Amino acid sequence: MTSGMFGAQGTGDTSGYGGLVRQASNFGSSERPYGSYFDEVADDLERAYPDFSDAIERVVVDRGELTLHVKREKLVEVAMILRDKLKFEMCMGVSGVHYPDQTGREMHAVYPLLSMSKNQRIRLEVSVPDADAHIPSVVEVWAGNNWHERETYDMFGIIFDGHPGLTRILMPDDWEGHPQRKDYSLGGIAVEYKGATTPPPSERRSYK
Amino acid sequence: MTTFDPYAPSRDTTEGKVFSVTGGDWDALVQEIGATKEERVVVNMGPQHPSTHGVLRLVLELEGETITEVRCGIGYLHTGIEKNMEYRSWTQGTTFVTRMDYLSPLHNETAYCLAVEKLLGITNDVPERATVIRVMMMELNRISSHMVALGTGALELGAMGPMFFAFRDRETVLEIFEMITGLRMNMAYIRPGGVAQDLPEGALTKIRDGVKLMRKNFKDNATLLIGNSIWMKRTQGIGYLDLAGCTTLGITGPVLRATGMPWDLRKLQPYCGYENYNFDVVTADTCDVYGRFLIRMNELEQSLRIIEQCVDKLEKLEGAPVMVADKKIAWPAQLALGGDGLGNSLDHIRQIMGTSMESLIHHFKLVTEGFHVPAGQAYAAIESPRGELGASVVSDGGTKPYRVHFRDPSFNNLQGTPAMSEGGMVADIVGAVASIDPVMGGVDR
Repeated sequence: MTSGMFGAQGTGDTSGYGGLVRQASNFGSSERPYGSYFDEVADDLERAYPDFSDAIERVVVDRGELTLHVKREKLVEVAMILRDKLKFEMCMGVSGVHYPDQTGREMHAVYPLLSMSKNQRIRLEVSVPDADAHIPSVVEVWAGNNWHERETYDMFGIIFDGHPGLTRILMPDDWEGHPQRKDYSLGGIAVEYKGATTPPPSERRSYK
Repeated sequence: MTTFDPYAPSRDTTEGKVFSVTGGDWDALVQEIGATKEERVVVNMGPQHPSTHGVLRLVLELEGETITEVRCGIGYLHTGIEKNMEYRSWTQGTTFVTRMDYLSPLHNETAYCLAVEKLLGITNDVPERATVIRVMMMELNRISSHMVALGTGALELGAMGPMFFAFRDRETVLEIFEMITGLRMNMAYIRPGGVAQDLPEGALTKIRDGVKLMRKNFKDNATLLIGNSIWMKRTQGIGYLDLAGCTTLGITGPVLRATGMPWDLRKLQPYCGYENYNFDVVTADTCDVYGRFLIRMNELEQSLRIIEQCVDKLEKLEGAPVMVADKKIAWPAQLALGGDGLGNSLDHIRQIMGTSMESLIHHFKLVTEGFHVPAGQAYAAIESPRGELGASVVSDGGTKPYRVHFRDPSFNNLQGTPAMSEGGMVADIVGAVASIDPVMGGVDR
């Protein structure tokens, strides 16, 4: 444990609610009706894809956005159906999120999809264990995800199986570690100014 | 090869003989290369090259002057902004995102703030005056960004005049930015809940004058380039990418609109009240560099139209708030410009230091700790000058972002380079890349 600014220890939570630790919550499934065009999307997908109940683990509607949590084995199948039958022609990339507290599903990959013909947006989310961080690549479905998957590999270490050339894209080729994982320290050095020393951001007193 | 020449070495590999040119005797090298039958040459272009639009590295495989393969190398401007944001408060996040795509800082700030506001559930509580100011600033920013695209694009193709005109007009916009925000770029002006401060006195007059001036000035570049036979020969039919190509590569913005697809989020998925403004979506049907150039030229006038409507609206909204009413989110102080720069207004300092202990505590808590954002994730997309700029923001319920990811249009669109350039001439890749208008700060983040 590093000693932070003003000798803060532990979490450095000085908000007066000592011990209050928040975690990104794991939402349950949403109930129908989902509202907006989301019911229509879910119905269409169920009709076009017989394995729906097996492949889609959860359907979450939150803040006006629909998220389909997909099993990784079924990701490419679902993606193909979404592209060809439901007209989600574009995938706006993939963004990794690391939840070290969600044991067994620490690594998440989030795919925002866009349908230009129907003017709709949905989101796919895949979660896998850190120890086996493999997700099938969707580059064959949406070629534009090539660089996005490379970035997510670079930053989180998620391996996209079947990607045509999964190499680092932003960090140098010989870099060690995956910087945006939560167990990767931000780093930085202490800065001295007028006799006082300010520790690097990751070691400062912080609020939860 | 009898002796080792450090300046023009060649070595035998499994793929055959490889020559690397690092200096030395050119004639000797040409003689040696001439002895082989192979005409394939791999050329490295960039990352420090005046025509690659920033620190972009292109690895070109050439047969004569024809490009057979292009690979892009990026990451030279990676600064770890997304990671850094996880260690700062939600408000401080705007200071980081504004530095991503440095030619459209206000778009980055807006995309981020819209996502944070979605998480906070205050999207509809942002005051109208703040929203109108956001739209006005974004459209001004679109002009200044397109000016760089046009000016540097033309310069990279060897035309110097357009650059002078473009940067002269960009200056008009930057002076307005400086007057309103104090800064010409990286302003962190748009904040979750509204904007940092209200417009200063005389801003609307300056903007009206600026619009008038720009409308007159824009004609200079139009006369110089539209229909110019050299310019047409360098841009027409170059960098071809059709609708199917754009769709599968996820390409948006002027490149997509140059295929005839009128896809503009401002019209189709309006945010910040864009549905209340009259403007046209500009398209072209040529799928080439010239079409993208025309789109940017014509979007300038559309932006001016929107700015004029904003000014009219702002005159009616004089004195209205520019931050959400919720004091648990809104920045506690109205900022004011003093002799020593921008800071908390003296009235506010007098109140917290002299009259109200509670105000002081409130100020301290909100400034050092920040506000809590309910857990969840949100995606907000806006139409930046380069296409869909999306902010994926995740909160764990704390006072700092849990994860922020920017779907930067430059990053995505740069993937179109091989499709646009392979099979073309080496000189044309410069025009193709310039027509994508990648901003490496946004690509690498």
